[in-house]
Parts: sequence; C-alpha cells; structure tokens
Amino acid sequence: MAVHKVCGIETEYGIITRGFDANPVVASSVLVNAYSGSFPQMTGWDFHDEAPGNDARGVVLEDAFPPEVETHLVNTVLTNGARYYVDHAHPEVSTPECSTASEVVLFDVAAEEIIRESMRAANAMLPSGHEIVTYKNNSDGKGNSYGCHENYLVDRQTPFGRLAALITTHFVARQVFTGAGKVGCEKPGMSFNSVPYQISQRADFFEEEIGLETTLKRPIVNTRDEPHCDPTLYRRLHVIVGDANMSQTATFLKVGSTAIVLAMIEDDFLPHDLQLAAPLPAIWSVSQDPSMRTTIERVNGKRATALEIQMELLELAEKYAVSRGLSCVERPGAEGEGALILSTWREILEGLESDPPKVADRVDWVAKRELISAYCARHGLSESDVRAKALDLQYHDMRTDKCLATRLGLRSMVDSVDADLAKTVPPESTRAFFRGECLRKWPADVVAANWDSLVFDVGDGPLRRIPMMEPLRGTRAIVGDLLDRAGSPRDLIDLLGADGSEDAYYSDPGMY
Amino acid sequence: MAERIHKQRPTRTGDQVPSSEEDIEVAADATAASVAGSRLKDELDDLLDEIDNVLESNAEDFVKSYVQKGGQ
Repeated sequence: MAVHKVCGIETEYGIITRGFDANPVVASSVLVNAYSGSFPQMTGWDFHDEAPGNDARGVVLEDAFPPEVETHLVNTVLTNGARYYVDHAHPEVSTPECSTASEVVLFDVAAEEIIRESMRAANAMLPSGHEIVTYKNNSDGKGNSYGCHENYLVDRQTPFGRLAALITTHFVARQVFTGAGKVGCEKPGMSFNSVPYQISQRADFFEEEIGLETTLKRPIVNTRDEPHCDPTLYRRLHVIVGDANMSQTATFLKVGSTAIVLAMIEDDFLPHDLQLAAPLPAIWSVSQDPSMRTTIERVNGKRATALEIQMELLELAEKYAVSRGLSCVERPGAEGEGALILSTWREILEGLESDPPKVADRVDWVAKRELISAYCARHGLSESDVRAKALDLQYHDMRTDKCLATRLGLRSMVDSVDADLAKTVPPESTRAFFRGECLRKWPADVVAANWDSLVFDVGDGPLRRIPMMEPLRGTRAIVGDLLDRAGSPRDLIDLLGADGSEDAYYSDPGMY
Repeated sequence: MAERIHKQRPTRTGDQVPSSEEDIEVAADATAASVAGSRLKDELDDLLDEIDNVLESNAEDFVKSYVQKGGQ
C-alpha cells in the first residue's frame, strides 16, 4: 500500500576556482567551512548507519563498485535538518526530509542560498582576484558528471522488480520536463557535436538499466538499499537519474510526479505493459531529440513518444486521485498539493505538446534552448560555436548577477522570505524537525547527527544515542511540546523515558 | 508555502511566438499584432544586451577551463 511520500533532494554542485589553482576537494572544503564558520558550533555527521553497498535486490554482485563512505571529508548538519558536506570533490547539500514536493522546492531553494552565502563568505577571505564559483548543473561537457539525487520513502512490501520496471518508464519519459538542457553529447563513442543540443544533462552517462553503482556504469534504477529508517517497513528509493533544475517548477514537478507514480506502483494501479522494451536506448533517444517526436517501444510492442507516455501516466494519476485520493503526497495544511501537482503536470505537458516556448519560463531545457538560439541568431553564430556551450554552463552559475537562468526570469514558486527562513528552520512534518530543533537548542551537546539518530553528550557517563527510525515522527505536532519543556538534553532524554548507556534502546521521539 | 510570485519575460522573439497568456490575447487582435511583435522583440533585445554584459569575457577559455571531477 502506498506509504506517505517523504522525500528530499541531494545536489552536488560543480565548482571552479578563478585567479588561483586549488584542488576541488580543498575548494569545496573552504566553501563548507566558510559557511559553518558563521555558526558558533557546528555538528558533525555520524556515519553509524551508512551502508551504501547494500543492494535492494538482496544479492551482492562481485563486480559491483558501491561508493565508499568518505568519513574524512568536511561534513556538517544544519539547524534546518539538512546535511552540507564535501562529496567526491563537490560541495553537496542534502535537503532535510520533506513531506511534500513544494517543501522540497523550498529547501532546495534554501540550499541554493546556502551555497551563495558560502561563496560570499569564502571569497571574502580570499585575496583580491581569487574566487570560488559554483554551478548547479550535472556535467562539465567533457565526460564528467555529478549528480542531483532524489529520495522517496516506499513500502518495503512492494516487489522491487515491479517497482524498478515501472518507475523506469517514468524516468525515461519525464525527461521532457526534468531536462536541464545541454549543448553537445558526452555519450561514450559519440562525438561532442553529433548532438548539437539535447534535453537532459545526465542521460549520456547512463549505461545500465539497474544496479548499485553511482559513479561508474550508472544505472537508471539505483538499487542502493540503505533506508535510513525502519528497514522492515520501508525502502528509500535513491534516484540518481535526474538533472539538477534551475526552474523551481521543474523541481516541483519532478518530485511531485515521481511521488505519485511511485504511489500508483505501490498500489499496483499501473498496467504492467507500461514497461519499456529497451530502457537504455530509450533514455538516450528521448534526450537527444528536442523535437520530442522520437518514439520508444513498450514491452507490448507499441511505440509512443515520451510526451504520449507522460500523458498516459498523468491520466492514470488523475484516475488514481479520484479512486484512491492523493493524501500520500499531502500533509495537514497542504491539502491542495496533490491537485497542484496534477494541474502543473497537465499544463506543462500540454504546453510542450502545442508550443514548447510557452513553457520556457518553467522548463529548463526549453528556456536554455530559446536563449542560445536567440543569441546565436543575433550574432550569426553556428550552433557548434563555443559561445553556445559557454551560455549552457553559465545558465547554471550560482552567482546571482551572472546566472543566466535568473536573468531569463524563470517563474518562481517560493517566496524569498520563506526561503531565507528555510536556511535555518526545519520542516515541521518529518523527523527533520526533531533533528533541526535539537541542533538549534543544544548545538554544543549534539556531538553527531545523521538521518536516523542523534548522539548527545550529556556531561557525565556515556554518550546517548536517540534513534529516529520513523521519518514521519519527531514532527512539531508530536515532539514540539516536549522540546519546549526540555531545558537540557538530559531533560529531553528523561522525558523520552530513556535510560542506560550508548546504543541502549530509547523511545523513539515519535512514540509520543 | 507562500503565495506564488509570477515573473514572466518573453524568451523568444525571432519568429515572434507569443510567450504569455497576455501576449496571446494581444496577438489575436490583428490591429495590435505588429505592435506586440515589436514590443516582444524590444524586450528580447534588451535581455540579450543585458546578457552580453554578464557573459564570460573569453568563452573559449571559460569552456576549456570548466573541468570537473566526476561525482555520483
């Protein structure tokens, strides 16, 4: 049965230095530390539960290369419940666990602001003429890619094979609105100019249908089985196939539509013949054809365009909303969320179908293409001119005054005052509230934090670990009052009814 | 979630495709069509002028030096 779609996004930003040479790991560390330095006490990450090598298929493949856990790099947890760290030579922000797609957008925008503030703080410390610049994109145009991952809570009962086969169809077809656009091709064996402009930043880098890897032989469906919550009840679907979006609407629709499709798969609402016959050629061909006329084959032998498949998924979602409701993508106070996802989904698909420039204010690859075409037309440039690639990269520049996406005036969904608050204040409807509030109240006493626990130093005796195995507990509604009453971490632990030593079982804060 | 703020700018001129609901209505009016077309073109021209001022000064060096280590 469909469980509530707790969700979040992790974004690795591109990073360069100007005026000086620096190893990107060092530059990324400078960035994170510059931001952390503005807070009195920053809490480190606890690697206690990290096991990225576990495979959702329940087998360990001998030739698989799971990512290693990099415990030595800079790693911090913020009072908004997010994680800000250095991963694979890139600064990365993971949003806190959110209960709606709109909330993910809010915390993703807050993450962009955190990155901008970090650049300002770092650059203020550097000598004149030296600068660190970041980009919210997914490739350097030279065959190197870095990810924007999504995470969704799913029911452990749902057979993983069915989930993987059907969500693949959505991942391939959703590129028409999630694509951030790219000049050139980076697919091994193809020349850069063989595809002048394509829909997705990431599609070139996918070489498997399903697998555990995230840095090599990337799979459309990633099987990392690391739920960061009760593994008997849930999976965390770790999605590595998406582009980082500058458009807030694109992020909203990417997360919202995927959450609903996952709910439909959990409830076995989707016809199984939606599966694709050959997902890899399909993901490449959809990305490489901005005319969107390419057809891809389903297991039933029928061919359809990505837009037609998306329209079919949307119509199924509209039926699902009527028969089952969409409460799994909503929360108290955000009851209109499901309807907003469906109406946005329809508006964007219809716009793409009738006249793509109509949605240039909400779909990144269309906005970028319009800009590049107009610029090349004005200056009489060919589509392979290096200035087209420069515009592509600068579309994602995180410096507000240099960012071409900002200059284009993409439609905004988030109020800037709310985004500013979201840099430090956690979402209220997930366990991120408990994590963020503890960090805000007792920064010196939380010695480590991760997704599913907090470790306190209560002054005497052993460290105390408080588990948070249920993502939908630890909310303001459940623990707000208790946190208000607790004057110290020791009070909190007493109120939680815990005793014993480190790793002893404590009442989950959500049990209240 | 706060109220939505809609900022819209035309993002295409070349062939004068209307880019907002408001523009579509204007374009439907034959007498106003040419006025709307030139207004859109002016706005895009302004935008491109503005962009010229912020573009990386040496596109070739910029593109060449934008090299990243692979991530996840």
